[in-house]
Amino acid sequence: MNQAITAADTVTNILVVGIGGQGVMTAADVLAQTALNLGYDVKKTEVAGMAQRGGVVTSHVRFGKQVLSPSIQPGDADMMIAFEPAEALRWHTHLKPSAVAMVNSYPLEPPVVSVGLFDYPDNPIGQMQTEQVNLHDFDAGAAAIELGDRRLVNSIMLGAIADHLPFSAEALESALLTRFAHKGEALSELNRQAFELGRRAFNHQ
Amino acid sequence: MNSVQTTPQAQRQFISGNEAVAQAARDADCKVAAAYPGTPSTEILEYIAQYPELYTEWSINEKVSLEVAIGASLAGSRALCAMKHVGVNVASDALMTQTLIGAIGGLVLVVADDVGLSSSQNEQDSRYWGRFAHIPVLEPSDAQEAYQMTRIAFELSEQYEVPVMVRLTTRICHVKGVVVADDPIKADSKGFSKDPSRFVMVPGNARNRIPLMMARDKVLAAATEVHPLNRVESGSDDSIGFITSGAAYYHVKEAYPDAPVLKLGFSHPVPVEMIRQFASSVDKLVVAEEVEPLLETELKAAGIELYGKDVLPKIGELAPQVLAPCIEKLRGNDPTEKVIPTTEVFPRPPTMCVACPHLGIYYCLSHIKNTIISGDIGCYTLGAGHPWNALDTTISMGASLSVAQGLDKGRAEQDQNKNVLAVIGDSTFLHMGMQGLLDITYNKGNVTILLLDNRAVGMTGGQDAPSSGLDIHGEQTMQIDFRKLCEALGVKSERIHEVNPYELPRLFKALRSETKIAEPSVIITNQPCVLTERYSKLPPLKVEDDKCTGCSNCLDVGCPAILVTRRETVIKPNGREKELSFVEIDTAACTGCNLCTNTCAPDAIVPALNVNKINAVEIKV
Repeated sequence: MNQAITAADTVTNILVVGIGGQGVMTAADVLAQTALNLGYDVKKTEVAGMAQRGGVVTSHVRFGKQVLSPSIQPGDADMMIAFEPAEALRWHTHLKPSAVAMVNSYPLEPPVVSVGLFDYPDNPIGQMQTEQVNLHDFDAGAAAIELGDRRLVNSIMLGAIADHLPFSAEALESALLTRFAHKGEALSELNRQAFELGRRAFNHQ
Repeated sequence: MNSVQTTPQAQRQFISGNEAVAQAARDADCKVAAAYPGTPSTEILEYIAQYPELYTEWSINEKVSLEVAIGASLAGSRALCAMKHVGVNVASDALMTQTLIGAIGGLVLVVADDVGLSSSQNEQDSRYWGRFAHIPVLEPSDAQEAYQMTRIAFELSEQYEVPVMVRLTTRICHVKGVVVADDPIKADSKGFSKDPSRFVMVPGNARNRIPLMMARDKVLAAATEVHPLNRVESGSDDSIGFITSGAAYYHVKEAYPDAPVLKLGFSHPVPVEMIRQFASSVDKLVVAEEVEPLLETELKAAGIELYGKDVLPKIGELAPQVLAPCIEKLRGNDPTEKVIPTTEVFPRPPTMCVACPHLGIYYCLSHIKNTIISGDIGCYTLGAGHPWNALDTTISMGASLSVAQGLDKGRAEQDQNKNVLAVIGDSTFLHMGMQGLLDITYNKGNVTILLLDNRAVGMTGGQDAPSSGLDIHGEQTMQIDFRKLCEALGVKSERIHEVNPYELPRLFKALRSETKIAEPSVIITNQPCVLTERYSKLPPLKVEDDKCTGCSNCLDVGCPAILVTRRETVIKPNGREKELSFVEIDTAACTGCNLCTNTCAPDAIVPALNVNKINAVEIKV
């Protein structure tokens, strides 16, 4: 069910959503850099009010022949990479009817939910499945912890989406590894493993 | 076709508007750059600081940064200062007179408006300063234009001998796009020439400069009418034409690609005749400007018929999904057609960090009764939120002290027993808080001041300040001694206490004793921001489930690493219901600060790993 979208003359809109500290902006940067490497015009914008402090982070990546507004309009996203299921639910109305959503099913409750001021949605992924979204979910959080570092979630998520983009998984992987190149071979190798793990996790479904 | 696509790959950079401004400053041979950190402008100076050929500094506040830039301009060199919108309020004293003197070396004021208030206390529109200070305003629409317009701003500044404002918004500062740079130039420094009739703004001299400023306004107004930064883009559907600038330009192009657009890059002085001509070529004219109706008001005064804030919102961004329903309504179409439903999901308000040294302060403040707590601007503003609810006012940088003085002096009969406190961070205190303290001591006020010294400008990402002992390059410099400073500002030595904010009993004691004494006192905390390298993590903690009584005291600390695992309602012997919350600690996030162990009566919080017993947090000075 590989439904890669093509970028031909249109603009491709990818929404990356999650929580401050999860690596949402890094993942969006890697997607944008890949598109740039392939010669597209690219814009990337974040809505990250005080993101460092556990807030919602939404990154918009748009690329194509020419990109005008940096923001993806509601209903216009071709794809969503969600690092957290409730965040996926929050933003899924931004998706086009045929869009692909790749969701990390590992939930993260903020303190306001933990202490009982608000409720966590009962079944966020189930709620989205009732909508017209081409949704895939897997526990990238558990996979990252298994690999030894929860910060690897972003490389795992990039791997998971890699075969659904209008460019090759190899182009994306190369941009990802270039980003870690100066941080030493060990970290680079770990991110490569995370990327491959994400790619496999999704393709085996 | 976008020009960036025809450029060789190697020259296409993918950078933010802030980084583009920094590169432009270097390529324009700017010699001096100064700023005080402030979202969304902070990264401009951080990027410029990476270029060794410029002098850069974190200034004490925005007024100082502008004055440093003014001095460099008078010395004949190109200079830039960058600030967020509210910073211009602080800098305006210098700006309003500097405009009479004008620039010698190119003088560029980069202002970043926080349209949408992602991290600010208001949403003021900096374009007003162009009118107020009689200076040109340039408005880039993306990173490429931020680069180009910063270069042009230096040239205009020297050509017309005027400070030039480059007005950015969050959507320009933080959006990354493809940028192609131009060749760097060498600017000739003119050197300093004494010219007291121009540089010494006493009334007699200033009076003579005003007509020159008025004449300059006329020359600039003529220049905007023909400047290439203002251009008409024709469209196939002339039923509605747009006048727009900044980020709104791309939103308009996205939503109405067929509409004629007059794009204003050099937006003040307003090119009225160019607009009049454009107005006559379309059926309806809409001014799409973010925040205030500045262009709209001036154009209406010039007799041009148009729509503006009567159809568009006065707050926030004019994103396509905001713009389109308004324009459809104007066209007589059903505006609800494009509205996409949203899903109600719990909020994720920003929290303080795990182990933040402010947590202990707010734990104490939330447990002390009869207080009025005057707050300030920084991470500690979050103390107004859950679970502490321990901040009663926040207005402007440094206001905590002076507002507290007014809360004390203006108190009503029913508030006589209340204690007035002020909470301020180290950098904010140095920015504009010191004056408030001097006012309190000079005027015999009674305020207990909490000076939260975490040795960093935390909210903007942990930049250095005189409290850190490091400069913008991370190199050693003087480090302010807050005890001595407070003494010099008139606080009695015995009324100044330095405390470790992780030691709750000492904090409580200092707060209780100082609020009882009817004199100004200062409690200084001494532990670093956890986001900086000064902070050392300690081994993490865990909760022994069988010992946890569900009392929820630890939740009052507000540490995001403490999570509720289950809730129970029990009936107490007196028949009342009590809600119990049993907790766990996210060991992967915990850095062992031990604040929560201080609040746990049954000693259920213990080291997570088999390590030696942890006593107190290591004190680093």
